[in-house]
Amino acid sequence: MIFIIWAIIFVLGIWIISTYNALTALRLRIQNAWRQIDVQLKRRYDLIPNLVETVKGYMQHEQDTLQKVIEARSQAMVSKGAKEAAEAENILNRSLGKIFALMENYPDLKANKNVLDLQEELTTTENQITFARQYYNDLVTQYNTKQQVFPSNMLAGFFGFKPSELFEVAEAEKAVPRVNLSLTR
Amino acid sequence: MALFILFFLFIGAAIDYLYFDAFTPAGPVFPIATIFSLGFAALSTLTAYYGGSDIILSSLGAEKLNLQIPEHRELHNVVTEMALASGSAMPRLYVIFDPAPNALATGTNEKNAAVCVTTGLLTLLDREETQGVVAHEISHIRNEDILLMTLVSILLGGIAILADWGRRGFYSARTGRHLSKKNPVVFIPLLLLIALSPLIGRLLAMAVSRQREYLADATAAQYTRNPGGLAQALEKIRDASMPFHKATRGTAHLFFVNPLRRRIDESDSKLSDLLASHPPIARRIGLLYQMAGMPQKLVQAPRALAQ
Repeated sequence: MIFIIWAIIFVLGIWIISTYNALTALRLRIQNAWRQIDVQLKRRYDLIPNLVETVKGYMQHEQDTLQKVIEARSQAMVSKGAKEAAEAENILNRSLGKIFALMENYPDLKANKNVLDLQEELTTTENQITFARQYYNDLVTQYNTKQQVFPSNMLAGFFGFKPSELFEVAEAEKAVPRVNLSLTR
Repeated sequence: MALFILFFLFIGAAIDYLYFDAFTPAGPVFPIATIFSLGFAALSTLTAYYGGSDIILSSLGAEKLNLQIPEHRELHNVVTEMALASGSAMPRLYVIFDPAPNALATGTNEKNAAVCVTTGLLTLLDREETQGVVAHEISHIRNEDILLMTLVSILLGGIAILADWGRRGFYSARTGRHLSKKNPVVFIPLLLLIALSPLIGRLLAMAVSRQREYLADATAAQYTRNPGGLAQALEKIRDASMPFHKATRGTAHLFFVNPLRRRIDESDSKLSDLLASHPPIARRIGLLYQMAGMPQKLVQAPRALAQ
């Protein structure tokens, strides 16, 4: 009888330790994933002025659009918090998309090796931001699920784990010509 | 995998039962043959384990990326994207200068993993499709398939050693007398099983490899959120239909599509399912289109079988 009680205590102890550690590990990975996104965003902020400088000479008639991109960039750089950042990012994405669309009208521009390199760099950075966010959201979903399902929800409440915030993808961002997010898994 | 270990234990136990009288009061305490052969196979594989990926890569003539070349830079970017999407470390990157479109992942864990693609693949596929292929290879790393395949080859080696002993022991006079004391209903099927075990082991290994291919396709779709890209890549590679000459039977299971390209791999039959290291391409494409929610009809697109 005593043995059975000890066995139950032992199993419970193992379960508590492993659940606590799993939740903590997820929380740290979420923080890391969030920093990864910041790294990519910063890279993109650095690339945008380069692109604008390079295409300026060719696109004489689109100075307004280029100016808007620069403004959107500085707006996005100072925005705080997930929601505000998402909004600023949206505006930036839309204006960048506009430039890429307008670039189709300039054959010289499309033949320029510098521009092509920059475009590839921007494309991969955009993709990297998206994938970093996707990974962040996957982790957050995992973390929040673990906090809410039985039986780990009891421990999450006891140790004071709080659900993390998902990064919402705005409708307009889905229109950016890249990986189609609407596909079902 | 569990099935694989069970099979190994069963064969080992059969040998021990027949030759060492294990599991009887008079016999030794441990199943000697099983433990010894596993130890031997593990030792020989462990030596290959640490230098293994470099041996494979150099035998295939893989070279490091040259970031001056736009295509290589694009590959580097795509791999960075997929490493981010999967939350894994950036693998080492190699290219093989060969027109046959193919790719492989090797290494033992996430930290020393390497991804390698042929230049043929880079020229044939567009960005989205390359992304699918790279995601598939990164899935192999993330799902610990590269480690699994190493373990499977350890067990396969062990089974081969066991079977070899079993067959040799059968001809010696001492064991002949020894065996006659045992119940023939038990030992004849056991002997047959031992004789056939290398073949059965290989079939099991193929089955493991195929299952991991399906899983890697599914995981790739999860990372890219775009199963269509990988499906298109598979279609293009199937239609290009080019054998990769540097691959051997020993390395075939490492690749993205079977580099040996026998006709049987293309058909969607039960036989091809049993004998190939890779699932039929047609079925992989079909499953990916299902994930994408596209109609199955697209799958039956015209097939160019050049061979």
